Amino acid sequence: MTYFAFMGALEQGFAYGFLVLGVYLTFRVLDFPDLTVDGSLPLGAAVSAVAITAGFDPFLSLLFALLAGFLAGMVTGILSTKLGILHLLASILTMIALYSINLRIMGRPNITLLGQSTILEPLTNAGIGMFNAAPLLFGLFSTLALLLLLWLLHTAFGLAMQATGANQQMITSQGVNTDRVIILTVGLSNGLAAVSGALLCQSQGAADVNMGVGTIIAGLASVIVGETLFGCRTIGRALLAALLGSILYRLTIALALSLKLGQFSFTPSDLNLLTALLVVGALTLPKLRRKVSS
Amino acid sequence: MIEITDLVKTFHQGSINEVLALSAIDLQVRKGDFITVIGSNGAGKSTLLNCLAGSYPIDSGHIVIDDQDVSRWPEYKRATLISRVFQDPLLGTCGPLSIEQNLALANRRGKPHGLKPGVRQNDRELFKKQLTQLNLGLEERLKDSVGLLSGGQRQALTLLMATLVQPKILLLDEHTAALDPKTALQVLKLTRQLITDQHLTALMVTHNMREALQLGNRLIMLHGGRIILDVSGEEKKAMTVESLLEQFYKVRGEEFVSDRMLLV
Repeated sequence: MTYFAFMGALEQGFAYGFLVLGVYLTFRVLDFPDLTVDGSLPLGAAVSAVAITAGFDPFLSLLFALLAGFLAGMVTGILSTKLGILHLLASILTMIALYSINLRIMGRPNITLLGQSTILEPLTNAGIGMFNAAPLLFGLFSTLALLLLLWLLHTAFGLAMQATGANQQMITSQGVNTDRVIILTVGLSNGLAAVSGALLCQSQGAADVNMGVGTIIAGLASVIVGETLFGCRTIGRALLAALLGSILYRLTIALALSLKLGQFSFTPSDLNLLTALLVVGALTLPKLRRKVSS
Repeated sequence: MIEITDLVKTFHQGSINEVLALSAIDLQVRKGDFITVIGSNGAGKSTLLNCLAGSYPIDSGHIVIDDQDVSRWPEYKRATLISRVFQDPLLGTCGPLSIEQNLALANRRGKPHGLKPGVRQNDRELFKKQLTQLNLGLEERLKDSVGLLSGGQRQALTLLMATLVQPKILLLDEHTAALDPKTALQVLKLTRQLITDQHLTALMVTHNMREALQLGNRLIMLHGGRIILDVSGEEKKAMTVESLLEQFYKVRGEEFVSDRMLLV
């Protein structure tokens, strides 16, 4: 693997890190399988791209993306809690609705950011190469997000959030409205996914309505790979494992793509197969480990 | 003061499986009453508690707690006035959270759960003091996850959590039934101690007639969704298991059939 491929994987790993932290919140903390992210990630990209081309500050566009994603997640939460639609189905409904909404926001299937300023501009202006600037900035951002989540999960609301995922009867009898907790948490998770989309669109230079396909599988793969390799004893450890899992996942993909076996080499179209194999591997590894040790 | 008037609850309404679980329950619980509730299986004991707590919506009737009509309040809102301990020791506590985090959640019952730190240092002092009265050594294990505790320990912790913020009424739904006899006795002792010390108003469902007679100042017997016996004070003190069974014959006017009732 070349240095550029390595830095590229880091950049993607950190950019998707927000999404992975969001997926950790829904799947692991809240026990709410949420596929909305397939729609909220391109939503974030669309909002950010449109905001930038309309002349808004690129950093401000991240905030817009966060808010848009938050609203999308809240819709899923409301469909599931207030209207009683099964969580998985509720999230799929929001996801497909977002496809149309994303097209409406962009007005066309994709927007390029050619010649527009992005959040990377201050760094590249300071003389840092593009390949170093993105991993650096995204790394900083995702670490900040991790620390914020670590704080949030230890607040009173965070405890209620954890209890809502683990024991709804208990937390309801402690006077917590679990509907509200679910709506806010799914909202937050999708806000994070949208920030991922915004970061990706700014580093790749384009937002595309189809860029969200398979997002949830990538997110889940990262969470599971992280958990398997780095453990999840404490909340802090689990959050760190999720972020590291995201980087490891992108590195694995990059490594596989650069692999050559005689005449054979992987192409980007093999990515889905590789992801599936990676998840299966990460899920069975702990069982194999137990078998070997016993 | 809790007033229950004309409370009706039907399950599977309109279907072939329709069951009238509670038919026109009238009950006035005075402040400080410790009422034990007995009755055979399907009498409506648990349904009554679940309707009070708001887990089941009621068909008709009123539940008034200190002049507030809570009949239509959702369960989480009623939890500001009512606390409960379940039969299943796993239900009342949150396994993945630590002992202090569980207590912190209970310490905020009825208050908003905002962005303040979940557990603060002066909370820990309070929790330690409270845990000491359980005599289980839990005060030294604040950071241990509750999932590591035994069923009896979890039930004792649930009791403490239910009384940390004083409820208007404490609901105990056969909370010792899933424990071994020795642990059940300890939890029962703790129940009596907490209720007496804090002068709590409580409703305790039990299948054990002796227990029902020993504890509390008032006893009600449910059958077929109705209160068929309500004794308190000296009258209750004078009762024995035999006289209780006799009462049951008399009120029902039929042969005593349920073998569960004979398990004392």
